Amino acid sequence: MNLVPSAEQDRFAAVLHDLLSAADVPAVVERGARGDAAPGRALWSRLADAGVAGLAVPERWGGTGGEPADLVIAAEVLGHHAVPGPVAETLAAVPALLVALGDDRLGDKWLPELAAGRVVATLAAPPWLPYAADAHAADLVLLAAGDTVRLARTGPAHGSMDYTRRLFEVSPGGTLAAGPDTATAVARALDLGVLAASAQLLGAGCALLEAAVAHARTRVQFGRPIGRFQAVQHRLADVAVGLEFARPLLYAAAVAVESADAAARDVSAAKVACGNAAHQAARAALQVHGAIGYTREHGLGRWLTKVRVLTLAWGTPSQHRARVMAELTR
Amino acid sequence: MNLEFDAAALAFRDEVRGWLAANVPDTRLPSVDTPEGNAAHRAWERRLDDAGLAVVSWPVEYGGRAVSPLHALLFEEEYHAAGAPARIGQNGLFLLGPTLLRHGTAEQRDRILPPMVRADEVWAQAWSEPEAGSDLAAIRSRGRRTDGGWLLSGQKTWSSRATVADKAFGLFRTDPQASRHRGLTSVMFDLRAPGVTVRPIRQLDGDPGFAEIFLDDVFVPDSDVIGEPGDGWRVAMSTAGDERGQTLRSPGRFLAAAERLVALWRNGVDDHGDSATRDRVVDAWIGARAYRMHTFAALDAPKGPFAASATKLFWSELDVALHETALDVLGAHAETDAAWTDGYLFALAGPIYAGTNEVHRGIVAERMLGLPREEPRPASHDTSRAVSR
Repeated sequence: MNLVPSAEQDRFAAVLHDLLSAADVPAVVERGARGDAAPGRALWSRLADAGVAGLAVPERWGGTGGEPADLVIAAEVLGHHAVPGPVAETLAAVPALLVALGDDRLGDKWLPELAAGRVVATLAAPPWLPYAADAHAADLVLLAAGDTVRLARTGPAHGSMDYTRRLFEVSPGGTLAAGPDTATAVARALDLGVLAASAQLLGAGCALLEAAVAHARTRVQFGRPIGRFQAVQHRLADVAVGLEFARPLLYAAAVAVESADAAARDVSAAKVACGNAAHQAARAALQVHGAIGYTREHGLGRWLTKVRVLTLAWGTPSQHRARVMAELTR
Repeated sequence: MNLEFDAAALAFRDEVRGWLAANVPDTRLPSVDTPEGNAAHRAWERRLDDAGLAVVSWPVEYGGRAVSPLHALLFEEEYHAAGAPARIGQNGLFLLGPTLLRHGTAEQRDRILPPMVRADEVWAQAWSEPEAGSDLAAIRSRGRRTDGGWLLSGQKTWSSRATVADKAFGLFRTDPQASRHRGLTSVMFDLRAPGVTVRPIRQLDGDPGFAEIFLDDVFVPDSDVIGEPGDGWRVAMSTAGDERGQTLRSPGRFLAAAERLVALWRNGVDDHGDSATRDRVVDAWIGARAYRMHTFAALDAPKGPFAASATKLFWSELDVALHETALDVLGAHAETDAAWTDGYLFALAGPIYAGTNEVHRGIVAERMLGLPREEPRPASHDTSRAVSR
C-alpha cells in the first residue's frame, strides 16, 4: 500500500508548475477566447516537451507509457493553472482509447502525433460527454457511443459558462471500431478521462483555496485582515478538509483503474469527492473575494466556471454516485 | 503508488480475522454501565490479551506485538468489521498508554501498563472542568506541593467512563504564578482514594457514560506525575494528538458502519427509488473510504502536528452524516432500531469531544492555512477538550 507520490513524481509536478507559472496562461486564454488558437497550441506543445502529452501513450509510439498516477499528477497541475482546452481528452481519454482499440494502423497514425503534442484531440461520448469540447481547436474528433467508435463530424457550436470552452454538437462519421471489445476500450478510456478531470478539479480547488487564503490575509476591512474573522476562517478550514480528504481517493483511483473489479467504483468515488471539494472551494473563494472576484478582469472566474462545468462533464455527481452504488451492491 | 498489502500484512490480517471470527460473542455484551456489563467487558479484554491482541502496536515487553502502524490499522479494521465489543479500557489503551510510552518513566510503565492491558485497572480521563471546556488551558483544579507529592483539589467534568473506571489521568495547575500553559502538570490518581467523589451524569442517550469528579486534597505521590511538573501541557497535547486521530477513532470503525449502511440500503425497508437518499448513502461510503485512504497515505508521508485537527473534523462530521442517513433510510422504523439510534446519539457527541469542531476549524485555519490569528486571546489556542468516549 502506497498512496504518496514518488520523489520523481513530485519533481515532475514542480517542473510543470514552474512552466505554467511562467507561461502567462491568462494571455493564452484571452487570445483563445478571441479565436486565436495559436498560443494554446504553443502552450500544449511546450507541455508535450515536458512529457505531459505522452503519459498515456506507450513507448513504442513515442510516449512514456507511465502509470495512471503520472497522468493524475500532471492533470492536477494543469487544473491548478486552469489550463484551457480539451485537457482530459487529449491527455488521457483519446490516447487511452486508441491504445485500447488495439488497431495498430490507428495507433501508428495518431499516437506519435499525440505524444509529441502536435495533435490535439477531443471526443463526445454520450451521456457523459454529449458534446465534443473545443473541437474547433482539435485535429482529431471522435464519437464514442456504446460499442462503436467513429470519427465525428462537428456541427453547431455552443458557448460555455466557462468562456474558455466551446461545445460542439457532433454527428457520426466513419466507423473506426465496433463490437464488445470496443465497448470495453471505451469504458477504459472514459475512466481515464474521468480520472484526469477529477485531478483537474482537485488542482483547481487547491488553487482556489490558495487564492482565497492569500486574499483573506491581505484584504483589510473593519481595521483588520478579513482572515481574522471566524466566519471566514471556518469556511476555509472546511474547504481545506474537503480537499485534503479527496486527494487520497484520487490517488487510490489512479491505482484501481488498472483493476477490473474496482475501477468503476473508485474512479467514480474520486470524481464525486474531487468535484464536491472543488465546488466548495469555488464557492468559498468567490465569497471571500467579494465583488472583485466577480469581475472578469480578476480572473477568479476562470477557475470557478471550469470547476462547475468539469463537475458536470465526464459524468454528473449523480451519475457517478449511482455507479458507485451499483458496484457496491453488485 | 499501489494498493497491495505485502504477505506479512495479509498474514497478520488473516490471523486477526480468524481469531475474531472464532471469539467475538454472538450477542452484544450488556452495557459497561451495568455491573455485569462492566465484568463482561473486562473479561473480553483479558481474552484479547491472552490471544496477544490487546495492544498489538505496543512493545512486546508491555504485552504488545510491536506491529507496524499499517498492521495496527488492519487490526482495527478487522476488529470493527467483526462487530467486536467496545473497548472498556480505551482511554487507557489508546490515550494514557501511548502517552506513558512516550513520556513516562520505566517504573511507571512497568507498574501501570500491565494491569491496564488486563483491564484489571480501567482508566478515565480528567481534563475538562466546568469553566474549562474548549479553553482547556483555563483549568483551575490545583495541585499543591506536599511532602513526597501533591495534594489535588478541584472539580473535573465530562469524564468518560469515570463511573466504571478505577483510576484517572488529568491536568492540574501546580504553579498559579506561571502563565496559563506553563503552570500545568499531568497527574494520575486513584478514583477510590480518600477525597475523591465521582458523581455520574446521565448523557443524551440515558447512560451514565460520563461523570463529574470532585477532588478534595487528594494525595498523589511524585511517582504519579507524568513528565516534569509544569510540563503538563506538552504531555497533554501529545495525548490529544492520539485522541483526535486514528488511535482513538480508526478508519475501520467508519468503514464497518458504512458497509452496514450500504447493506441497509440494499435490503431497505422502504422506497428504493429515492435517489437523494441513495446519494447520501454513497457519500457516507465515499467518506469512510476517503478516511481510510488518507490514513494509509499518512503512514508513508506523516502530516504536520496540526493535521490531527483536520482528521478529527472529517471523521466526526462523517459519523453524524452517516448515522443521519441510516435513520432516514429506516424511516419511521428507525425509532425502534436500537443499534442505529445508539450509534446516532454516540455520533452526535463527536463534534464536541476531543476539542469542539469550532476549535479545530480555528486550528486548521491558523496553523495549517496560515490565516491571521483571530481577535486577541489571552494566550495560545491549541487546546483540546477533554472528554473522549
